[in-house]
Amino acid sequence: MDLSKASFRGYRRENGRIGVRNHVIILPVDDLSNAAAEAVAHNIKGAMALPHPYGRLQFGADLDLFFSTLIGTGANPNVAAVVVIGIEEEWTKRVVEGIARTGKPVSGFGIELHGDHDTIMRASRSAKEYVQWASGLRREERALADLWVSTKCGESDTTSGCGANPTVGNAFDKLYPHGVTLVFGETTELTGGEQLVAARCRTPDVRDKFMFMFNRYQELVDRHKTSDLMDSQPTKGNIAGGLTTIEEKALGNIQKIGRKCVVDGVIDKAEVPSGPGLWFMDSSSAAAEMVTLCAASGFVVHLFPTGQGNVIGNPILPVIKLCANPRTVRTMSEHIDVDVSGLLRREMTPDQAGDKLLDMMFQTANGRLTSAEALGHREFVLTRLYESA
Amino acid sequence: MNGTYGVGVAGSPESGRKGSGMIHFVVHDENDSVGVVVVEGVKAGDTLAGWIMDQDKEITVKAANDIPIGHKLAIRSLAGDATVIKYGVDIGRAVAPIKVGEHAHVHNIKTKKW
Repeated sequence: MDLSKASFRGYRRENGRIGVRNHVIILPVDDLSNAAAEAVAHNIKGAMALPHPYGRLQFGADLDLFFSTLIGTGANPNVAAVVVIGIEEEWTKRVVEGIARTGKPVSGFGIELHGDHDTIMRASRSAKEYVQWASGLRREERALADLWVSTKCGESDTTSGCGANPTVGNAFDKLYPHGVTLVFGETTELTGGEQLVAARCRTPDVRDKFMFMFNRYQELVDRHKTSDLMDSQPTKGNIAGGLTTIEEKALGNIQKIGRKCVVDGVIDKAEVPSGPGLWFMDSSSAAAEMVTLCAASGFVVHLFPTGQGNVIGNPILPVIKLCANPRTVRTMSEHIDVDVSGLLRREMTPDQAGDKLLDMMFQTANGRLTSAEALGHREFVLTRLYESA
Repeated sequence: MNGTYGVGVAGSPESGRKGSGMIHFVVHDENDSVGVVVVEGVKAGDTLAGWIMDQDKEITVKAANDIPIGHKLAIRSLAGDATVIKYGVDIGRAVAPIKVGEHAHVHNIKTKKW
């Protein structure tokens, strides 16, 4: 596929970033505000609530990550406007101000001194204005370089390593020369293959930062483990699919970064990349956590290879599923956007599989709903670093 | 074990890898100790055709066990404690001897990490 003149149709946001969706979201700051946020989304058609269980008594680095994840979610260019609701004014204001730096419409409502009824009424007025305004926005043609593409695999099996993951790698190798911003992560899931990633880092500085992140996660595992992590990493599903060790899983995982891309930089969880190229993000390997972090870092379309059939979606980031396992494609067809099982029958080359995935990526960027979107999968899962105070 | 022979992708009949026949398992690299079964219903005693992807070669192995799709079979015999190679890289150690054609999984291979 010749991508030199490739373009897509997206929504240009106030800060110049380009989105492929046009969501108005109702973002609760904390668990206590979920009910009001969901009531507003129920009142106003076209608005979407993002309930989650956290936001109280977090502190230190865990609190910083909490704010950067919420603010990053609201700031994502797939979001047109945001209504923020929190139990109290101060943290609500902090989230509103963070999102407002993008220039997009955002308003905040504290529940204390008002109660749910009054808050829902005022927030609904704001959400209605936003939904009507956003519905008037139009897509415009943009160069491929304006697209930010993330990847993470899930419920992998051995077919992931020989089929679906190399297909993402082929697509990444084709996107990389055109100035697309790309990200991969899943830190523990590189165990046994970390030297292969280190060897792909652009500079010694990038390599040192990568190894720092990698070793930091290994220390976390060593500190808390009670076994060799069998059934957690690899998971029960991975093992049922034929994956035996973390090393085997990692080597399959690494196929997603292709053969030519260079790792240009390293970011921490929910950090926004500062330029184009391939980025490594330190992150959990749990699907919904990682995809939520990709959305918070500003990525607008996600490539998700699966073997045994992970059904994940995200509220604001379209998740495109591809699969090379013929049994999964047959038994879970409603979840699979791109069938690359032909690779394992030698009916399809990796190059053709990569093109098939890119074709679906462009269709998705232009507005086609993914299977996860059509099925209503909106897994919004915040990564926690430790207990609340 | 139904499979389609080396035909092109729908809509592009000239394209597609022209294999000489049905593949039952794939191997990433010719130095690997294991291959991955990519069809359903492999039974002990079946003669299996394998495709070595990196070198584009074919091999034949007789299955010693029933092996589910996605699971591995040994293509070299491994002594207990031998290093298991896949993708040309160390993926763990055998914890029991494994003969050619035998099912290779968590019962006879363990991680060297953690």
